[in-house]
Amino acid sequence: MDNLFILLLLPVLGAIALAFVKQAKAARQLALLVSLVSLGLTIPFLSGFVPDASIQFEQQFAWIPALGIHFHIGIDGISLPLVLLTNGLVPLIILSAFSYDYKGGFYALVLFMQAGLLLVFTALDAFAFYVGWEIALIPIYFICALWGGENRIRVNLKFFIYTFLGSLLMLIAIIYLHLQVPSGDYELTSFYQLALDSSTQRWIFWAFFLAFAIKMPIFPFHTWQPDTYTEAPTAGTMLLAGIMLKMGVYGLIRWLIPVAPLGFAAYGHLALVLCIIGVVYGSIIAFKQQDVKRLVAYSSIAHVGLIGAGIFAWNVQGVQGAMIQMVNHGISVVGLFFVLDIVTRRLGTREMSDMGGIAKAAPALAILFLVIVMGAVGLPLTNGFVGEFLLLMGIYQYGIWYSVFGGLTLILGAVYLLRMYQKVMLGDANAKTSDFADVRGTEWLVLAIIAVLVIGIGIYPKPLLHISEAAVTELIGKVSLINN
Amino acid sequence: MSAIITLSLLAILVLYLGLFKARNALLPVSLLGLVSTLVLFVIQWEGQAVPLYSGMVLFDHYAIAFSVLCVLLTILVLLLSKNYFDAGSTHIAEYYALILFSLTGALLVTSFHNLAMLFIGIEIMSVALYILAGIRKKDFASNEAALKYFLMGAFSTGFLLFGVALLYGASGSFDLAEIKDYVVSNPQAVSPLFYGGILLLLVGLAFKVGAAPFHFWAPDVYDGAPILITTFMITVVKTAAFAGFLRLFYFCFVPLQDFWMPALLVMTVVTLFIGNITALVQSSFKRMLAYSSISHAGYMLFAIVAVGPSSSEAVLIYAAAYSLASVVAFGTLILVKRATGSDHFEAFNGLAKKNPYLSLALTVAMLSLAGIPLTAGFIGKFMMFSGVLADYQILLVVLAVLNAAIGIFYYFRVIVAMYFRPLDRDQLVVNGYYKTVLVVAILATLLLGIYPAWITGLV
Repeated sequence: MDNLFILLLLPVLGAIALAFVKQAKAARQLALLVSLVSLGLTIPFLSGFVPDASIQFEQQFAWIPALGIHFHIGIDGISLPLVLLTNGLVPLIILSAFSYDYKGGFYALVLFMQAGLLLVFTALDAFAFYVGWEIALIPIYFICALWGGENRIRVNLKFFIYTFLGSLLMLIAIIYLHLQVPSGDYELTSFYQLALDSSTQRWIFWAFFLAFAIKMPIFPFHTWQPDTYTEAPTAGTMLLAGIMLKMGVYGLIRWLIPVAPLGFAAYGHLALVLCIIGVVYGSIIAFKQQDVKRLVAYSSIAHVGLIGAGIFAWNVQGVQGAMIQMVNHGISVVGLFFVLDIVTRRLGTREMSDMGGIAKAAPALAILFLVIVMGAVGLPLTNGFVGEFLLLMGIYQYGIWYSVFGGLTLILGAVYLLRMYQKVMLGDANAKTSDFADVRGTEWLVLAIIAVLVIGIGIYPKPLLHISEAAVTELIGKVSLINN
Repeated sequence: MSAIITLSLLAILVLYLGLFKARNALLPVSLLGLVSTLVLFVIQWEGQAVPLYSGMVLFDHYAIAFSVLCVLLTILVLLLSKNYFDAGSTHIAEYYALILFSLTGALLVTSFHNLAMLFIGIEIMSVALYILAGIRKKDFASNEAALKYFLMGAFSTGFLLFGVALLYGASGSFDLAEIKDYVVSNPQAVSPLFYGGILLLLVGLAFKVGAAPFHFWAPDVYDGAPILITTFMITVVKTAAFAGFLRLFYFCFVPLQDFWMPALLVMTVVTLFIGNITALVQSSFKRMLAYSSISHAGYMLFAIVAVGPSSSEAVLIYAAAYSLASVVAFGTLILVKRATGSDHFEAFNGLAKKNPYLSLALTVAMLSLAGIPLTAGFIGKFMMFSGVLADYQILLVVLAVLNAAIGIFYYFRVIVAMYFRPLDRDQLVVNGYYKTVLVVAILATLLLGIYPAWITGLV
């Protein structure tokens, strides 16, 4: 059953079937079924995976042989956590949308996007990678623009053009690299062996970096992000923040740094500084927000900045921290956005000043929300702690002052997230919040699963770290060999 | 060659059908004739290609591939014609006959092996179009389009002919093979007349494909002519003109690349920007498509900038992708305009609610024009970019990429109107012919985008 083609094809087939389902109830049940089967199909990859640095479950066919393009996919320690994250979060995201009357088209777009994301995380051929990269963009554009808030048209067009421009620059770099490959293919391994001169690698670095930096986003390429996150429907925000931004992070590890190591040597420092600026900037602005969704959007800039800094520090702790923190951030941010969705839907407002005292009326929500916030803050024994600790350790080895400023995420994050928790859940109840209905049914289920994951990974993160350790160590060794 | 003869006879037959008022037979007879032309081309594929009729035409794989594309596109356009001209017009037979004559000219332009034939082909193609553009006799815009097209077309043909004469003066022949020999045998001692001839041909052909700065006729003509005629011009005529352009330059002028390349590079960049930036500010969908067709001409010029063995494949795929998407876009526009009387973006508001499948088709077409993966348009752009990058023209590709991003703005405007601007409207009635055309064009677009291997390596 460990056939990657089937894993990629299943969501596409599900999406095609769902496009014809008009009934809301049938649509969501079918969507959930497809996403659960996808999750089930992921298990053989997890159990059959040998935690070394090799690429496993490889599959390929000649896609456009005349142009040297192969549909070559496979999984290694760096992609497996992200495949797990994608297939694990999509059912939760679909479950979280059950309170809305979305028809088949909505779920079709979600599943189609899942296929694009999986292709990005498994592609070993640059052309396939690019195609997956763009395929993931189209559905999320439609999800956000069809079911989003008031300014959705303008905001999403900006988002689309921003990311499209970035990815086209990456396409130029990909074609250029392909033209340098002696065997005339788009293979990742051929790109790794190119050893171009330093000045070429420098612009290649920027072409890839812009594409990834816009997607994550890294300061100062983040301007699309707060508006898009805020205007998107909750499921769209979850897809964007939970999974899609990891495409950028994954791209840094898999493509940018190993393909252009000399470019990285020249500009890695600058990129790390930009990431750290993003950490401080995102935290400070999050602190000033009154709108809860915007607050989490800015906090996401800060968290992603720290992940990026860990990668650009380029040591085992930093990159391993980034690997596990990608998963953690996905889980936490989906939880946070879901809680906020429940609250804003019942109260009809996103302003913190209109909330308060919900904990009394909804104790189950209060406890689950607390666990998720703790995970996002990075309290010991939650998942966030493991990741942030490793990241800061990695950044510390790179330079102590960077880790000092990076460490601000922990402190500032605690301040603004706990302040949000306090204003939303605690304090005096007002007319609306006093009869707040507690979570139940699917809402409870989703939050409970997330809370279990937050604590589970926090207490015993070893299996997750073990998956990527060998692959990360080897990749770092390879690059530092070139740079020394 | 039998295909060309069949087609010419077919056009005359259609004229006679009109004479005997056999209205209902027009479409079936034309289609039958076109299908048999296709069959004749396919049969010819296997044989050894030799220049025919004293070296006038050469049906090599290049010519056959482009001819087949032109014939297929004409079939799609004719299918859209069902009921298009019936209201008030009595000259339907002329319409069919002129389209077929124009197609005959287009096929000669793709297959010429002699500059005289290039000139004759372009004239056959254009003269029919001058009439077609003005086929709505009582419509001012249509009349204006016809006159403008005629004046500008005649003007550009003058350049073309003068260029041909200069080449003849320098090389002593109209035959492509002999001109090529002339260039190859003494590249250092090419006569100045010859260089002048190349420049004049460049200008003349740039007029025909609608490349800046010789594009001024294009928006007015494309906008003023009846939608179906515009569709024919943008698809079949443009494809043929590019096929002829590339054939001439690839066959004869490659050794003198250093001479004409700078001029062509400037033209390409200017075409891209002018087409894109003016398309940005249009409020009419039809006019936007007219300007975007200029910017697509810019992308297609890439193949001539990077002229080489892979250029023909790139132009073929790009032209197919662009034409298929245009057929869908204009087909939808006809339906919308018939219902609302307007060709502005607002006329598409709320279409997705009432006609979800039609909207989906138009969305795929727009994504293809914008060059999003899994559509044919992406493969076309990808091949163009690859070709130019292989020539180390990185700056040109960066400019093209900027333009591709600008393009999103106006291609997405119609998607935004259909999906995100709700409006209570009536459902559009889509008849069987339109359904067939849209389904075929969209399936071909997706097939080319997802698995282009079946067409690469063909020419």
